Amino acid sequence: MDLTFASISEISDAVKAKKVSAKEVTKHFQGRIENLDGKLNSFTSKNENALQDAEAIDSRIAKGEDVGPMAGVPFGIKEMLCAKGMKATAGSKILENFVAPYDSTVVARLKKAGIVVMGKLNQDEFAMGSSNETSYFGAVKNPWNLECVPGGSSGGSAAAQAARLVVGTIGTDTGGSIRQPASFCGVVGVKPTYGRVSRYGIIAYASSLDQAGPMVSSVKDAALTMEVISGFDDRDSTTTQKAVPQWSKNLKADVKGLKIGLMKEYMKGSLHPDVQKTVENSIETLKKMGAEIVEVSVPMTEFAVPVYYLVAASEASSNLARYDGVKYGHRAEIKNLSAIELEDFYGLTRGEGFGKEVKRRIMLGTYCLSSGYYDAYYNKAGQVRRLIMNQYLEAFKSCDVILSAVTTAPAFKIGERISDPLTMYLNDIFTTSTNLAGLPGLSVPFGMSQDGLPIGIQLTAGHFEEQKMLDVAAALESASAVKGKHPHVI
Amino acid sequence: MSSRGYEAVIGIEIHVQLSTATKMFCADPTTFNAGDNENTSPVSVGMPGTLPVVNKKAIEYSIKTGLALGCDIRRKSIFARKNYFYPDLPKGYQISQYDQPLCENGTITFKVGDTSKTVSITRAHMEEDAGKSTHHGEYTLINYNRSGIPLLEIVSGPDIRTPVEAAEYARNIRQIVRYLDVCDGNLEEGSMRCDCNVSVRKIGETQFGTKVEIKNVNSFRFVEKAIEYEIERQIDAVERGEKIIQETRLWDPDKNRTFSMRTKEDAQDYRYFADPDLLPVIVSDSMIEQFRKELPELPIARAKRFQDEHALPEYDATVLTTEKDLADFYEATATESKNFKASSNWIMTELLRELNQANKQIKDSPIKPQQLGRMIALIDKGTISGKIAKTVFQEMWDSGKDPEVIIKEKGLVQISDPAALEKIIDEVLAANAQNVEDHKTGKKKNLFGFFVGAVMKASKGQANPELVNKILQEKLK
Repeated sequence: MDLTFASISEISDAVKAKKVSAKEVTKHFQGRIENLDGKLNSFTSKNENALQDAEAIDSRIAKGEDVGPMAGVPFGIKEMLCAKGMKATAGSKILENFVAPYDSTVVARLKKAGIVVMGKLNQDEFAMGSSNETSYFGAVKNPWNLECVPGGSSGGSAAAQAARLVVGTIGTDTGGSIRQPASFCGVVGVKPTYGRVSRYGIIAYASSLDQAGPMVSSVKDAALTMEVISGFDDRDSTTTQKAVPQWSKNLKADVKGLKIGLMKEYMKGSLHPDVQKTVENSIETLKKMGAEIVEVSVPMTEFAVPVYYLVAASEASSNLARYDGVKYGHRAEIKNLSAIELEDFYGLTRGEGFGKEVKRRIMLGTYCLSSGYYDAYYNKAGQVRRLIMNQYLEAFKSCDVILSAVTTAPAFKIGERISDPLTMYLNDIFTTSTNLAGLPGLSVPFGMSQDGLPIGIQLTAGHFEEQKMLDVAAALESASAVKGKHPHVI
Repeated sequence: MSSRGYEAVIGIEIHVQLSTATKMFCADPTTFNAGDNENTSPVSVGMPGTLPVVNKKAIEYSIKTGLALGCDIRRKSIFARKNYFYPDLPKGYQISQYDQPLCENGTITFKVGDTSKTVSITRAHMEEDAGKSTHHGEYTLINYNRSGIPLLEIVSGPDIRTPVEAAEYARNIRQIVRYLDVCDGNLEEGSMRCDCNVSVRKIGETQFGTKVEIKNVNSFRFVEKAIEYEIERQIDAVERGEKIIQETRLWDPDKNRTFSMRTKEDAQDYRYFADPDLLPVIVSDSMIEQFRKELPELPIARAKRFQDEHALPEYDATVLTTEKDLADFYEATATESKNFKASSNWIMTELLRELNQANKQIKDSPIKPQQLGRMIALIDKGTISGKIAKTVFQEMWDSGKDPEVIIKEKGLVQISDPAALEKIIDEVLAANAQNVEDHKTGKKKNLFGFFVGAVMKASKGQANPELVNKILQEKLK
């Protein structure tokens, strides 16, 4: 068995059948991390107890216990998610030495399903960024081309998964942070419907938009991981009571009779020719497979990027207020604490602890929420957001899934856009409206650029209609130009 | 009250701590005497990634309070974040209700002396408490046990005019929340805190003066004193031609004065917005009806009923309804004794005196209402005399035994058998022949009382005094 390219269920089945021990699997991937991560910088910390954890799974199997559907499967977890006893830095200096005292619900559910946590994965600071260049722990490299960004903010997850340093990863998506890096790195990334996955224990960026999801190597693995992490959590009031479907069991790469929506507004922009070609190919492929193509319209999506930045920055300015140097995390070194004003204490600590992009968004959000500006910005953004959602609901009356590009271009060069935040923000033009509307979305690798970089296709479905989205993704996956290709770094 | 031609305009905000077993947004206990930071968890200290979940009991308690104050209950209310930095505020924001509070537009009517006063309740909204900082010169310690404790902030309209009214208003709010059993009303433990907004204006003016807030007053007496001081201070300032500055002041009970804490210039922009971690609180009509049904009879209504149905004097009715436990005790006693006024008398004199001396609450009374009621019935039946009853009462207090048991054990049954009494009286008269002679001849006056006493003594207090009187009068003719 080639462990490196095995799927989640292949490894789990083999471990349960004792064809390979969880410990051997863990060792194999530890070796890969050891050899390759120096080039990628995708890990921020490693689980020192991974081998013991794997042994524990092996001994439970030996005793005949049921260890769940992911027995001994090595996973990497984005820094945003708390895992008990491990650092949860959110890619920030301010949480550089913060060790989480508890498991996030997602991690707890994955552990219950039998995974072995291999370590924590690098990300943009507090998930703010589209290139993984804002991490306090340094930029992550795209394994397909080390000069390129892996995308952000879940760039560490995307890179580690693409390079097969682990078998599965978890990312978080606030405005496209799972789908965009998944597209740049050629992996499958799913942002579930808002409320599907508990946010408990996920360091908050923008609470009304954040959602965790799998970043894995196949649609089937994504469906399986979704089943494990989804479902009501009494510690997160915003989770749904809806039952979790058996997406992986029901998965069929069949689009006959399905209506694929092409959003008018997404078709008129200027796309990179390679991306344009990939989108066209995907449409042709689905047509050939028996899908019907229809045009839909979500006019308000034009305002998705500014609305997203207003909402996200506002919520972030409040969510990040807890990092004040009082209870945990970085505190500025102050010689004589009693001689300093409280405001200065916060100013020094937060000034040192947060990076440039985070400060920019805190300032923006503080401004949007301040009295006198609230109505013009935050409130107005909320109104437009509701219109975007209503227009989506209308669009889904005439189609099952909306297809589009994930980004305007394939992965760009490190440093190329970092000094131009507006261009960087426009990166998220196709992904943000999904979060604003709370819809599920995914990116599935489909095309290759002239320069040998993978290009993903984005699929968006109605609320809680993940199955349709996964089915279409499975159909595209079967005809993907990325299939069988691997990053150069491997 | 008018002072030097001025009148005060007073509004009060009362923070009521809801007596839930767990905190507003997580399952940490709310016990008062816990060790430092013992009642905390990742949620209540605002660890990264943690989320709040609303305590349903706190919603129920708030709705009940709102109903008792005649408020409209919003069918959909919103939790907002109030953003500000302070070391004892773990998340950098406090979860509170802002523009869509749970309860609005109520009123409360209460007695101030002989007159009736009505104060409007603008709103009552829910929020979580912050932690507590203690400063030790070089360093500060923070205890987060209070962090996340559920509070209901009851905001009155600017309808209060005198310090006495203000204190009476606060006492009445306390009485109501204690009746509802949603707050223990313990001011020393911080279960209730009052913020008083005070301004003054010339009598006849319709505009409000600039208001000053006196924050965190923790006793009704201090509410009265602080407002009294503040009114005089403001009038003095106005008389001197000074402008009142809008500010927050604190009451110093040792120096009997208020002092400035911060001015409006330092006022925060709290950047309120709906908390995205919490869903709106949806209250159904059936929930409201259910809670309305569960509301106890409130003190004013109960006092009125005691006057109407039990024919108690207003004074008795008011005293007996100050606390729900006391009113319950009285009603249970009266039901048992079927003698309303006697029940009221025994409770208001004997029982409350004993409780006060022993520093006990009514619910901890060693004498149960049924026991007291039966004792009163025994007096009415003539089984024991009122005098013996005092002995029985004392014994009940000491031992908690039933009155019947005590009477039997101590042989305290009243002797009401005329034959038996006659025998005792004859013996007493025989032993005091000279006195009988003196009495009959009128040589000595007022000997009748002496004979009664002697008979009572001879009967060990068990003789029925009425009968003794009657028989003695005949024998001494």
